[in-house]
Amino acid sequence: MRHTIAALVENRPGVLTKVSGLFSRRRFNIESLAVGVTERPDISRITIVVAGDSTVLEQVLKQLNKLIDIIHVTELSSKNSVSRELALIKVAVDSGTRSEVMQIVDVFRAKIIDVTTDSLIVEVTGDRSKVAAMEQLLSRFGIKELVRTGDIALHRGSVTAEAIIAQQSDL
Amino acid sequence: MTNNITGAKALIESLKKENVEVIFGYPGGAMLPIYDELFDADIRHILVRHEQAAAHAADGYARATGKTGVCFATSGPGGTNLVTGIATAYMDSVPIVAVTGQVPRSLLGVDAFQEADITGITMPITKHNYLIKKAEDIPRVVKEAFYIASTGRPGPVLIDIPKDVTTDLLDFNYPKEVNLRSYKPIVAVNIEQLKQAASLITASEKPVIYAGGGIIISHAAEELLRFAELIKAPVTATLMGKGAFPDAHPLSVGMPGMHGTKYANYAIQESDLIIAVGARFDDRVTGKLESFAPSAKIIHIDIDPAEIKKNVRVDVPVVGDAKTVLTKLTSLIKQHQPKTSEWLKRVNKWKKDFPLHYKKNDMIKPQYVVECIYELYPDAVIVTEVGQNQMWAEQYFTYAKPRTFISSGGLGTMGYGFPAAIGAKIGRPDATVIDIAGDGSFQMNSQEIATAVQSEIPVVVAILNNGYLGMVHQWQELFFEERYSSTVIEESVDFVKLAEAYNAVGLRAVKPEEVKPILKEAVESGKPTIIDFIIDKTENVFPMVPAGAAINEIIDPE
Repeated sequence: MRHTIAALVENRPGVLTKVSGLFSRRRFNIESLAVGVTERPDISRITIVVAGDSTVLEQVLKQLNKLIDIIHVTELSSKNSVSRELALIKVAVDSGTRSEVMQIVDVFRAKIIDVTTDSLIVEVTGDRSKVAAMEQLLSRFGIKELVRTGDIALHRGSVTAEAIIAQQSDL
Repeated sequence: MTNNITGAKALIESLKKENVEVIFGYPGGAMLPIYDELFDADIRHILVRHEQAAAHAADGYARATGKTGVCFATSGPGGTNLVTGIATAYMDSVPIVAVTGQVPRSLLGVDAFQEADITGITMPITKHNYLIKKAEDIPRVVKEAFYIASTGRPGPVLIDIPKDVTTDLLDFNYPKEVNLRSYKPIVAVNIEQLKQAASLITASEKPVIYAGGGIIISHAAEELLRFAELIKAPVTATLMGKGAFPDAHPLSVGMPGMHGTKYANYAIQESDLIIAVGARFDDRVTGKLESFAPSAKIIHIDIDPAEIKKNVRVDVPVVGDAKTVLTKLTSLIKQHQPKTSEWLKRVNKWKKDFPLHYKKNDMIKPQYVVECIYELYPDAVIVTEVGQNQMWAEQYFTYAKPRTFISSGGLGTMGYGFPAAIGAKIGRPDATVIDIAGDGSFQMNSQEIATAVQSEIPVVVAILNNGYLGMVHQWQELFFEERYSSTVIEESVDFVKLAEAYNAVGLRAVKPEEVKPILKEAVESGKPTIIDFIIDKTENVFPMVPAGAAINEIIDPE
């Protein structure tokens, strides 16, 4: 079972190490981890996809909460949130296959962001299954390199980090 | 507000604001400006002989007093030598603040002389740590460090300070309050959970209270006593919970788990309700998890939500401070008429049928030494090393009060006892402090005799000398066909001469009748004293649950 966790953390050196170190020493499996600063420069958001049953998820959330630099941790379910991943895929092409690849890119509403005589770099954004489908379709042309950001996710609707932190500070 | 003082002075001033009365430490290049400030400061500094001992002494001081212990070490090896002590404190939730020197900021990350990434190294064994980059952060960081170390589930906090930060100037203004949006240790107890707990308790006919170190940390011994007497349930206190409930109380069933009493383990296994308070279902307590307390519902009261459901299934979780929760729970069920008389009869029968036991002969038995210590000094603070000595000290001394049994439970750190005893004695100068030691463990920090002598700290070390690394030797005897690989150390050191070489008192006893007089001589000497008790080497620690067995599958030879 795969769970997406959103953590709002103090934007300080070492925080990411604390989070990733916690995962490795507690034997939690990270599928992906994405981190970046939020609309508030003092706060970063870490999106972690973790594999495990509900007991594992509960421990992950509780252990993360114990880290002093973590302001808030929550699970984002597929119902209450939207998630996206971006991938760059370098595909081998020649004059015979280039147009076919471009058609696939078109159908997926992806983009070509680099072109050479023997390769293309495709930029695709979507949920996990879309990126996987894209990868699979392109694989028969020969994928030379691939990089993906890992999932990033946000709560749907009016729930915001700002609101969560304000609530936290009132306690 | 004081203008233009150095970072070093700001550190010492901050520690004074936290009412620090003693620091255990060892100087070094990166700590020179701080030690220079300490030279004139009104804070006692105990110079140890190895930084590991500074951390253990701060820990022993904290456990004996309930205050936060402080230790200092320099950069690089100074910090890395603290690591075992910090990990020990972390595992047993002991509040200490460790301050380490660091290379100057310009040299950070270039593998400079005596540079070690101590915040990186201690990340998994501290509750939190800091690398201070600006002198003006010192007061805030110290304030936060003491707050984090001592609140919620306590633990060690490390502060790493580059040398040039300690010479930079700042305007000193000690914050009145901590402002940490990401750390809120005080939680309101959930009343619904309390009610659920109450209804399980009132329905139970075979309850067991399983009390851990959280009782001691939260000063909840009285509340525990009142609660236990109200619901008339047997109480099993863990190694960390020793002293949380009086051993001599009729409801006490001693320690659970691997070297617990038979009757505590039987009670747990037959119980219909386990009420865990400030305990964490450690593997040494539960034995084989699948067979642990098979018929019991479990109420788990702990201040750390992450402990709940970490190891065992829990029917009713209650997150909160033990003292608060027990008070509320007791008042919620104060009309309760317990239905436990049959159960207590059964437990008392086990108690009578399966007591702790050993056979006397003409040699000194380690259990007898511990019993003599209790007979002569029932109010002593007992500190232990780790291994057989630790278990005998737990089993044969009758503890009555919190903070009288100080031992490395979670990490099981050999070498802990002696420096921790030094710290405990500093914190409790009027108490008789006795380190019950093994000849193996004691040698891991025996250099601290020099510390005790130089700083005139009259602790007594009672070495139960069997010439073995006894606990491992016992396992080899029982489970490895008596192949004693690297566990025989007999006659490798003369502890009396060792003590005398350090200008401490060294004594030796070889016959049972010598035990009491020599203990008296040691305590009355008023000096650091090492007693070498030559004990019957065939003696082992029983009862014993073999690793991986259920806790009622307990070995206890006649």
